[in-house]
Amino acid sequence: MTQLKQQVNQNEYILEVENVKKYFPIKKGVFSKQVRAVKAVDDVSFQMRKGETLGIVGESGCGKSTMARLIIRLLEATDGVIKLEGKDLTTLSKEEMRSTRRDIQMVFQDPYASLNPRWTVERTLLEPMRVYNIGTRSERKERVIDLLNKVGLDSSYAKRHPHEFSGGQRQRIGIARALVLNPKLIIADEPVSALDISVQAQVINLMQDLQEQYNLTYMFITHDLSVCEHISDRVAVMYLGKIVELAKKDQLFSNPLHPYTLALISAAPEVNSPVKKERIVLKGDVPSPAKPPKGCAFHTRCPSCMDICKVEAPTLNEKEPGQFVACHLYQ
Amino acid sequence: MNSNILEVNKLKTTFFSRKTPFNAVDEISFHVAKGETLGIVGESGCGKSVTSLSIMGLVKPPGKVSGDEIKYNGINLLELSKREMRKLRGNEISMIFQEPMTSLNPVYNVGDQIGESLKVHKNLKGKERKEKVVDLLKQVGIPRAEEIYYNYPHQLSGGMRQRIMIAIAMACDPKLIIADEPTTALDVTIQAQILELMKELQAKKGMSMILITHDLGVVSEVCDRLVVMYAGKIVETGAVKDVLSSPSHPYTKGLLASLPKKGHKEKRLNYIPGQVPAPINWGKGCRFSDRCPYVMSKCHTDIPLLTKVKDGQESACWLTVEEGRRAPNDTIEATS
Ligand SMILES: Nc1ncnc2c1ncn2[C@@H]1O[C@H](COP(=O)(O)OP(=O)(O)OP(=O)(O)O)[C@@H](O)[C@H]1O
Ligand SMILES: Nc1ncnc2c1ncn2[C@@H]1O[C@H](COP(=O)(O)OP(=O)(O)OP(=O)(O)O)[C@@H](O)[C@H]1O
Ligand code: SF4
Ligand SMILES: [Mg+2]
Ligand SMILES: [Mg+2]
Repeated sequence: MTQLKQQVNQNEYILEVENVKKYFPIKKGVFSKQVRAVKAVDDVSFQMRKGETLGIVGESGCGKSTMARLIIRLLEATDGVIKLEGKDLTTLSKEEMRSTRRDIQMVFQDPYASLNPRWTVERTLLEPMRVYNIGTRSERKERVIDLLNKVGLDSSYAKRHPHEFSGGQRQRIGIARALVLNPKLIIADEPVSALDISVQAQVINLMQDLQEQYNLTYMFITHDLSVCEHISDRVAVMYLGKIVELAKKDQLFSNPLHPYTLALISAAPEVNSPVKKERIVLKGDVPSPAKPPKGCAFHTRCPSCMDICKVEAPTLNEKEPGQFVACHLYQ
Repeated sequence: MNSNILEVNKLKTTFFSRKTPFNAVDEISFHVAKGETLGIVGESGCGKSVTSLSIMGLVKPPGKVSGDEIKYNGINLLELSKREMRKLRGNEISMIFQEPMTSLNPVYNVGDQIGESLKVHKNLKGKERKEKVVDLLKQVGIPRAEEIYYNYPHQLSGGMRQRIMIAIAMACDPKLIIADEPTTALDVTIQAQILELMKELQAKKGMSMILITHDLGVVSEVCDRLVVMYAGKIVETGAVKDVLSSPSHPYTKGLLASLPKKGHKEKRLNYIPGQVPAPINWGKGCRFSDRCPYVMSKCHTDIPLLTKVKDGQESACWLTVEEGRRAPNDTIEATS
C-alpha cells in the first residue's frame, strides 16, 4: 500500500520539500562561539507538480533565495528532506548529485556575480554542454547562437565578456545558461527584474513556450506581482522564513486571506491608476529572523492582531479547497 | 539664478573596445530642475546606466565621454580634474548602482562601507560615525541594524544589499541622487517605504533625483518628468502624466502596450516585435524604424530630431516632425 502511494507520488510530484530548515549561525567573540542563529528558512513544506509554475513572493530577506539554494544544493539544509522525482537530494553523493544537477537549473538573482568575468558569453554557454558531452562542436555553437536569439540578444554579442553588457543583457545571459541543458526544473530567482516590460514580455512568453514544449516545471521567485499573477499556476507567500499562504493563483489574487498577502497586494504601484489605491501600510519594524517574534511572526505588524497571535504560532491549514493559510483568523 | 541643478548637452559616450567603436550614448540632452525627480526608461541596453556613469565620471577605458557639457550647478563636470570630481562624488552627487554586488566590496563589512564616505567627506569619527551608520541602516528598513553592521555582502539577501547601496548614497545628504533601478530587488512594501523616504528627503532638503527604472508604476507615482530612451538616443520626453496618458513616439506606445494587464486571462503578453538593433547595425535613419508599425520611407534614411508635440512634450519621430501629430491613437500593435 505504501509502496503504491509512493509510485503515485513519483509520477505526480517533481519536487517535494518537507520540513526544510536552514539556520545560519551567528558567531561572536574570539572563540567564534555560536550565540544565535538566523532562521532564514524555518520549517517549509510544499510540493510541485510536473509542468506547473509555482510563484514565490515575500518580503525582502524572508528566505526565498536561501530556499532556492537549498534545492540546488548550493547550501546544505539544517534539517528536512528535498526530493526530486522521489529521490532525496539531501543524501545524494557528489557523483549522484552531478548527474542530477543537470535536471535542475537556476537563474540567479544577481547575474553579474554568477557569471565568470573572464569567460565570453559563448564560453559560458558552451561549457555546460561540453561537460555533459552534448552534441558535436558545431552543433553546440549553433545552439549558443539559437539561445542568444531566443532571449533577444544579437549573435554578435557571443564574443563579449560580462562587463561589456547592460544589466538586463546579463540577466538574459543567465536565462540562456539555465536553458542550455534542457533541464526538468528551473528555479528562477527574479529572472526578469532588470528587463524593460517589452523585453520582459518576450522572455516570459519564451519561458511559457518552452514549458509547453518540454513540460518544464518552474519555481519563479519575483517581487513583481503582475508578473507573478501572469505566469504562476499556484503562488506561495513567504514571511520571515515561513510560508504564510499557498494557493491557486486566482484564489490568491481575487481572495487573499493572510493579512500579509493583503498588505502586499495593496502596496503594488500601478500605472495611471485613476483612483489612488487604499494602501495598507505596514507599521512597525521588519522583525529579525534571528529573533522572530513569539507566536505568529507577523503579529508585530499585523492590522488584525488578536491576543492569541502573540503567544501561539498558527499552522498552515487548508481554508478553501487548495488554499492554505497560516493565520489565527482562519484556524 | 538657474533653476536647473543639472544640464546635460549633447552627451556622447563611446566604447572603443570593438573593431568599430560605438556610441552607447549618442548626443543626448536633458536637464533636471532643482527638487525635481526625472525618470529615465527605455529598452534594456539603450544606454541608461552608461548615461549615469558618464555624469558621475565613472566610465572606464576603453569607454570615453565627450559632448558639449554636463553642467552641475553651473560647473561643467567634463572640465573637472579627477580630484575635484572625487570631492563631489558621494558627497554632493551620489549614485545607487544597478547591481549591488558589483559595487560593494566583498572583503569589508557593510557598516564600514557605509561609514567610508562619512569619514572622507564629513570627517565623522568613532562612535558618532557608527551611530549615524546604524541610523541609516534603520532608515532603509534593515532589521537588527547593529548586527548587520558587521555582516559582509555575501551574508545579505539581494534586497538587503540594494538597501546598503541606498544607505551609502544617502549618507552625506547629497543634492543630486542618480538611482539606477534602486528598488528592483525589493518587495513592494519595502519599495513603498524607500520611495517614501526619498520623497521625504526631497521635501526636507530639496534634493533632486534621476530615477532609472523600468517599472512604469513607480514612474507614475514618483517622477515629475520622464525621458524615454531607445538605442542610445532620447526618443520622447515630457511631463510624466502627459507621456504615460498620451504617449507620442511609437516606441513609447509599444512599451505601454506591453504592460501585463491586471486580471487579464490571456496566455501571452504583448510585446514590441523584433529586437533592438546592436549598435553596429544602427543605420542612418530612425533606430526604431525596423520595428515601427508606422514606418515611412523617410524613416529609413534620415534620423528625426526631438520636436515639440505640446508644451513640455517632445518626440523624435517623423510623424511629429513632418505632420505635427502623434502616432495614431488606434491600437498600437504590440504583438502577442
Ligand atoms: N551566508 C549567510 N550567512 C548569514 N546569513 C545569511 C546568509 N545568507 C542569507 N542570510 C540571511 O538569511 C535571510 C534570508 O536571505 P535570502 O537571501 O534567502 O532572502 P530573500 O528572500 O531572497 O530576499 P530578497 O528578496 O531580498 O532577495 C536574510 O536575513 C539574510 O541576511
Ligand atoms: N564596459 C562596456 N564595454 C562595452 N560595451 C558596453 C560597456 N558597458 C555597456 N556597454 C554597452 O552599452 C550599451 C548601453 O548599456 P547600458 O548599461 O547603459 O544599458 P541600460 O540602458 O542601462 O540597460 P539595462 O536596462 O539592461 O540596464 C549596451 O549595448 C551595452 O552592451
Ligand atoms: S520616425 Fe518613423 S520609424 Fe521612427 S518611430 Fe517614427 S514613424 Fe517609426
Ligand atoms: Mg533573494
Ligand atoms: Mg542599466
